[in-house]
Amino acid sequence: MTDRSKRKRTGLLLTSSALVLAGCTGRQSALDPAGQEAAEVYHLFAVMVIGGGIIWLAVIGLLLHACRGQRRAWSENEASRLIAWGGVAFPVVVLFALLVYAVWLMPTIRPWVARAVPEPTLIEVTGEQFWWRVRYPAEDGMAGFETANELRLPIGERVAFSLSAADVIHSFWIPSLGGKMDMIPGRTNVLSLQATKTGVYHAPCAEFCGTSHAYMTFSVVVMGQDAYDDWRRKQASGNQPGGSEGERLFAYHGCAGCHSVRGTTPIAGLGPDLTYFADRETVGAGALRNTRENVERFIRDPSSVKPGSQMPAFDMVPHGDIAAIAEFLTGLR
Amino acid sequence: MTEVAIRELSPEDFEAQERELREVWRTPSGWRYWTSVNNTQIGLWYGAAAFTFMLFAGLLALLVRVQLAVPENDFLSADVFNQAFTLHGTVMMFLFAVPIFEAVAIYLLPSMLGARELPFPRLSAFGFWSFAIGGVFVCGSIFFGAAPNTGWFMYPPLATDKEYSGIGADIWLLGLSFIEVASIAAAVELIVGIMKCRAPGMRINMMPLFAWYLLIVAGMILFAFPPLIAGDILFEMERMFDWPFFDAERGGDPLLWQHLFWIFGHPEVYIIFLPAIAIMAMIVPTFAQRPIVGYSWIVLAAVGTGFLSFGLWVHHMFTTGLPQISLAFFSAASEAVAIPTGVQIFVFIATLLAGRVIFSVPMLFGAGGLAIFVIGGLTGVMVALVPFDWQAHDTYFVVAHLHYVLIGGMLFPVVAGIYYYYPLIDARRLSDRLGKIAFWLMFTGFNVAFFPMHLSGLRGMPRRVFTYPAEIGWDWFNLVSTVGAFIFAAGVAVVVIDVVRPKHRQPKQEMNPWNAGTLEWISEPEEAWGVRSIPIIKSRYPIWDQPGLLEDIKAGRYYLPDAQDGARETLVTSVLDARPVQCLRVGGTSILTMVAACSLGGVFVALTFHWWIATLVCALLTLAAIITWLWTGTAEIPRSDMRDIGLGKTLPLYNSGPQSVGWWGMFITMAGDSTAYASLMFGYFFYWTIHDDFTAGHSGPGIAWPLLAVVLFVLAWLVMLLARRANAADHPGPMRAALMVSAFLTVGGCMAGLAGPHLNPMDPTTHVYPAIVWVVAIWTVVHGAVAIIMQLYCLARSVAGRMSARHDMDLQNVVLYWHFFVITAITSFGVLGLFPAVR
Repeated sequence: MTDRSKRKRTGLLLTSSALVLAGCTGRQSALDPAGQEAAEVYHLFAVMVIGGGIIWLAVIGLLLHACRGQRRAWSENEASRLIAWGGVAFPVVVLFALLVYAVWLMPTIRPWVARAVPEPTLIEVTGEQFWWRVRYPAEDGMAGFETANELRLPIGERVAFSLSAADVIHSFWIPSLGGKMDMIPGRTNVLSLQATKTGVYHAPCAEFCGTSHAYMTFSVVVMGQDAYDDWRRKQASGNQPGGSEGERLFAYHGCAGCHSVRGTTPIAGLGPDLTYFADRETVGAGALRNTRENVERFIRDPSSVKPGSQMPAFDMVPHGDIAAIAEFLTGLR
Repeated sequence: MTEVAIRELSPEDFEAQERELREVWRTPSGWRYWTSVNNTQIGLWYGAAAFTFMLFAGLLALLVRVQLAVPENDFLSADVFNQAFTLHGTVMMFLFAVPIFEAVAIYLLPSMLGARELPFPRLSAFGFWSFAIGGVFVCGSIFFGAAPNTGWFMYPPLATDKEYSGIGADIWLLGLSFIEVASIAAAVELIVGIMKCRAPGMRINMMPLFAWYLLIVAGMILFAFPPLIAGDILFEMERMFDWPFFDAERGGDPLLWQHLFWIFGHPEVYIIFLPAIAIMAMIVPTFAQRPIVGYSWIVLAAVGTGFLSFGLWVHHMFTTGLPQISLAFFSAASEAVAIPTGVQIFVFIATLLAGRVIFSVPMLFGAGGLAIFVIGGLTGVMVALVPFDWQAHDTYFVVAHLHYVLIGGMLFPVVAGIYYYYPLIDARRLSDRLGKIAFWLMFTGFNVAFFPMHLSGLRGMPRRVFTYPAEIGWDWFNLVSTVGAFIFAAGVAVVVIDVVRPKHRQPKQEMNPWNAGTLEWISEPEEAWGVRSIPIIKSRYPIWDQPGLLEDIKAGRYYLPDAQDGARETLVTSVLDARPVQCLRVGGTSILTMVAACSLGGVFVALTFHWWIATLVCALLTLAAIITWLWTGTAEIPRSDMRDIGLGKTLPLYNSGPQSVGWWGMFITMAGDSTAYASLMFGYFFYWTIHDDFTAGHSGPGIAWPLLAVVLFVLAWLVMLLARRANAADHPGPMRAALMVSAFLTVGGCMAGLAGPHLNPMDPTTHVYPAIVWVVAIWTVVHGAVAIIMQLYCLARSVAGRMSARHDMDLQNVVLYWHFFVITAITSFGVLGLFPAVR
């Protein structure tokens, strides 16, 4: 925390001096790349900022010079030559070079994976108001499973996603790893990303999708291959039934009608899957930090913390029962 | 003034002329002031209304900034926030940025071209009232919590979700359709005005750059707004009647809206930006005290920008998953548009370098705007590159980019224009001191507010979030932005104070205080007649190059120094070389325009609330008002055929066909109308491309009925040609008979057209295929109904003796309408009938 706030202060200092390329921090930042696409785009951006800065200084310098009172007036010929060189020749050359760079970059960072990767190995992500349904396919003898609002990815490997939307348009974007891809009802888009640094990253919904668009985020955990395999195995087998009071109340009050906790409840599938809920960072796809108090708060009245949430309020449920359910959920690790 | 002998007027004649002119062009007083149609009033009202809407949208932006100043803020609820940012964008785009240029154009163009008026002053007034009513309707919605709340580009299916968007989306669609009508009206007016109403001798390559730009922009409006109107129709049909154009489950596609919206939306950016550059193109030569360097460069660049702007729309859709090859194409086109933009900037710099610059408040705003705009242009080059856009799209980086472009490229030049042109309104200048204060507040405030957004965007802040967590690291950027926004707002407030503060103690100054070279500076703020007499122009900067011009104009030594028959008159000249061809009598003060706009507004308001009867009543009232307006105010047969316009020249008072402005008005309107139609057909073929079988097994309209409709419409058109021929040969009897036969054939065509989808039966709510067939059929039939009204109108005119063999403007224009209509009808019913068979 202190490290981060120090880095934040450094970032601010650099901002004020307008030298902003270095030192930008954040788990949701395109300026702090942790993936192949993000890194390539960051380089492109750096080139453009430096080039653009020079061009801006030159143009404004010329403008200020032109507005000075005491100077020699240019002849019409000289002025026309300036238009031809500055307004036409120079931009044509620079823009063409830039375009070649960018067009070359496109297939490099977004190879056409749909053909290369067989369909079942795509991780399916579906945008719903206002959360993310995630389906990992079966692979290497491990069963497939559904989870929500969290992605885990192995480092160094290109992973492909199949992106769709259940209700309105959403957009899938992990700034630290790469650019975004829209999720459009009736269409399925494919995007592939390659993470290069382990860590936890944040991802917002990037297309306005309704009242709680601001509270539609997920976290991305980039792990070593072994840790990743362990996690998948653990997820594939689901939670173990513990027989706690909270577990019973979870079913009794109807939570299990919408939310699955795989291994303990039948598969429901209407709301976010809550298997291994305690491993997640937030409650309500980014609305609150994942603490027991916050889980209670969310169950009592979701709309007060996440306006427009589809989940009804459960403020009629006795206080103690909600506490027990929260205890159960925050114990699912 | 050497070609013709000038007759010096006696002082008495001179006085008499001025009295006549003053009487004819008199601005009505009392409440009737608001019935004025004079371009100076309409322009001012238009500008004031647009500016007021801008201040309102600015306040909304301040609310948005307060909410985002600190993390986890609850100053605004999510719902109010969503309404606020949607309305901010909508109002700034549709109620300020586009109308302000219409305002400036209507105000300045006549005098700049050396005309007394634009050719259709009542159309300008109608446009203004439509705009004002629609604007108040759209803005007012937020006070009832009913404002649109889905972002200013209204993406379905969120915006078609009635539960989420309430009537907000209807208010957006209908309110703005209404305002689009106003914009298209203005476009028709400006194109015809610029092409046909220039002063004699002002060849097209001598036009002030402002006129060039406006001509290009008006042309762009004509082809950019109709796709949105077509989109609005599809959208509203889905919302009102559940026709599934954008519903993926029933064969629709949300992406069609994005295509239609951005085919409009991208040219829109240049429609906003080019007129502001046009103002700069007038200011820069004045303060460099020399003609512009590279006149043809800048004209070509503006034309190039106009063309290219129609090929860029997909750069708003780089993340929708379209094939990379098409993304690369649109990326290249988006880069290319930077070149003509660069040329325009360098033309200004070159002109300043070649002159001796007098620095002043308008130049300050101009130069400051340029410094901001260049940053916006450079970030524009960045986001036009696909890989970078994948990161930057829909983040605060784009918010920063678009504000740098629009505020630097549009608002600063407009404020420069206010300081520059204010003396034309009031014969006084605005305060230099307040202007400088305003500039520095606005310039620093703007950069403090918007520069940090580049960074917050790349650090992952998406657009349109109503709040954000504290630990994510955006808090300082946002706080700084909010502070900057308030500094900027203070600067705008200083401009407002400077404009509205009472100035009657300040002495009036001479005309043309900046020593400008172009014609708009000949107009006298006290007189409503525009120009005292219409000069002969021999230079791009006539005031600099034609000595004595001002005195000669004021002394009435040029054309049309008097007013006859109590009619408002201006000259019509030929398109390229501006030879005088006609003395045009334009419409005067009238309440009809206001009545027509109010009742048309009633139609749109009633539609919003689904009050069907009120809709019908208002529609009939609108029709009645428009027909009365046409009947009493257009194609009037003059008492004498010719008119002595002075300097030994006599011109006809009545022209028809391509010689007349009315014909051009019809032609240009129909070009826009055909664009809307083409957009609907684009929809039809779009659905065809995205589905293997776009009929999805639904029955089509069959072949027989649609082809029968085609045959009947073609026959009706041929009979219309006969009617025109009979009229030219002065056989009114056969002409009337032909009109009636044609009307009957048209009725038959309309019924056959509807019979196909009706009898087969096609239910438009089941799938997108029947829905699109119905829309195309209805569009065509409605145009058929309008054709029938026109035929009956011609019949009535002929019977009433208001149309004759020589005075046949009505019939000529209706036949022109028919040329367009018959193409529409053949395409519609040909495609509907045959295409399912050959697909």
